[in-house]
Amino acid sequence: MRVKLSLIALCLVMVAMLAACSGEAEKMDEKADVETGEIAPPAKLVLGVAGAHSGDLASYGLPSVNAAKLVAAKINAAGGINGAMVEVVAQDDQCKPEQATNAATKMISDEVKIVLGHICSGATKAAMPIYLDAKIVVMSPSATNPPLTQSGDFPNFFRTIAPDDAQAALEVSFVKGLGLKKIAVIHDKGDYGKGFASFCKTYIEAEEGMEVALFEGVTPGAVDYSAVVQKIKGSGADAVIFGGYHPEASKIVSSMRKKGIEIPFLSDDGVKDETFIKVAGKYADGVYATGPMDFSHNPIFQEALAAHKAEFGSDPGPFFTEAYSAALALLKAVENAGSTDYDKVIDALHNKYVDTAVGKIKFDAKGDAEGVGFSIYQVIDGKYVEVK
Amino acid sequence: MEYFLELLLGGLTRGSIYALIALGYTMVYGIIELINFAHGEIYMIGAFTGLIVAGLLTMLGFPGASILAIALICAVIWSAAYGYTIEKVAYKPLRGAPRLSPLISAIGMSIFLQNYVMLSQTSDFLPFPELIPEFGFLKEYNSVMSSSELVIVAATILSCIGLTLFIKFTKLGKAMRATAQNRKMAMLVGINVNMVISATFIIGSSLAAVGGVLIACHVGQINYYIGFIAGIKAFTAAVLGGIGSIPGAMIGALVLGLTEAFATGYVSSDYEDVFAFSLLVLILIFRPAGIMGKEKTQKV
Repeated sequence: MRVKLSLIALCLVMVAMLAACSGEAEKMDEKADVETGEIAPPAKLVLGVAGAHSGDLASYGLPSVNAAKLVAAKINAAGGINGAMVEVVAQDDQCKPEQATNAATKMISDEVKIVLGHICSGATKAAMPIYLDAKIVVMSPSATNPPLTQSGDFPNFFRTIAPDDAQAALEVSFVKGLGLKKIAVIHDKGDYGKGFASFCKTYIEAEEGMEVALFEGVTPGAVDYSAVVQKIKGSGADAVIFGGYHPEASKIVSSMRKKGIEIPFLSDDGVKDETFIKVAGKYADGVYATGPMDFSHNPIFQEALAAHKAEFGSDPGPFFTEAYSAALALLKAVENAGSTDYDKVIDALHNKYVDTAVGKIKFDAKGDAEGVGFSIYQVIDGKYVEVK
Repeated sequence: MEYFLELLLGGLTRGSIYALIALGYTMVYGIIELINFAHGEIYMIGAFTGLIVAGLLTMLGFPGASILAIALICAVIWSAAYGYTIEKVAYKPLRGAPRLSPLISAIGMSIFLQNYVMLSQTSDFLPFPELIPEFGFLKEYNSVMSSSELVIVAATILSCIGLTLFIKFTKLGKAMRATAQNRKMAMLVGINVNMVISATFIIGSSLAAVGGVLIACHVGQINYYIGFIAGIKAFTAAVLGGIGSIPGAMIGALVLGLTEAFATGYVSSDYEDVFAFSLLVLILIFRPAGIMGKEKTQKV
């Protein structure tokens, strides 16, 4: 009997969890409806927002929804775009490619012409052919996979963040500037980490007098990395570049420091995260990581930050600035084009400068924002500080 | 030569980590022939309990070494309670059922526990304090072996010896062996089989909890998912050594850890798992019951 009861309780818990999830999704839709209902516009311009709004990567996607809402509110308060009020419609893809294609199809059936998203590179790649067929302009605040723009397959794709290879180029030139010659390049075998590491390797090999001492992948989640760390030591490297995310980075760097290997440790923006410092603790000190440039002096950024605090009562999450800029760039392009006509909007994005939170930008022939890039940060006293 | 020695000790540590978890797998399998997939989760819960208790004690200002001791004791008690309850809730009602049913139940339990910890705690990585003090005499050998590694290796060896003696010489150990050999016959001669099975789960879970706390101290971070990969590797080790055999689990784990360390050191860490699992396949081809396992007809 007790067993049966506990089974029933288990079922109830699961049902309740499911109910909670769908409840949340409904709430989100309601919110969007209420927003437009209040304004009751004669004409409307729909800005689609796609990305991870639930699941374990939701923290990367939800800031872009907030950013789109804030931009829409700001533009609507100033009279809209060409007289049309901006409405935000969010579609969740959980950063999963198969969900992303669903989200894209929904965007088409909602007759969305401009989309802010997607968040993850893999999901973006899966959704892009659908958008291209439907002639929808897409701008991502965070998909950094280089081929998305560089392959030239998607003339309708733009982004307000620099691609991964820009990070690698910066990292390698920084290492060169430090006078380090033999570099161990380690990655986590994932798309992102290995991609970044491979670019680093290519750039290091292209440099006169620099060499790759070691190029290896580690298994994410393995119980310890002492063998790789011994190998780094044995290779005689004078710096380590790691491509991947913070859990592995913190394990490797603490294992290195515990074994008395004090060479510089450099990584990517997957490591430029407060959690890395929290988890690695004292071993995080001195670690370098690349991350998006610091925009804190930009007046539009400050305005966006203040608006976010006033509206949501908290500091914005990752990629908020890029998403805010992307929403502005998309909507301003529609304004400059005079309509949502596909060719005209794309033309405007390529040719007309727009003031955004990441600076005054326009997009190059391939769709990458000009003048947007990365900086190097270093952990000093438990905080990431930009290295000038 | 020094490089070889470093890899050897690294592999030994890794093997000991696997062994601490593999012992629980192998014990449970030995008694009721069930692969307890929730065992990795018990390990994870042990680590979380250790973290919570250690956090609390640090706040209250307890001295270093006592924190480790109390955290270990609490983790053992809490995990043992979990192991006991899981057996009662998920496995005991299925004892007469076909062998696949408890297996599915075990997988379900594992998923449930992972998600339960994720929802009730956090899905983020959490830093785990370094509870194991640095030993003065190890300072100059730090590049080869740290104090936490030494403690893990020692704990594994002690657990393995203790467990072997316990099974060989105590009354409960004898009852366990009897139950493992033939459950019905054991019942007939007056052994309380249910109690023996519960005791097995409690001992296995306690070892996993000790492993959880010590390994988390060594690695310095935990999240709700650590039990999965550690559990898979430990399970591999148990099969490698001959599932059901206690020295087998220890040897299997050491072989696995050393293979991984040397594969990383002399070939490439990209192929670490390839070597580990190729070895498993090879050994199972020539010794289907594992290194120390006894040959007998298997139904799964």
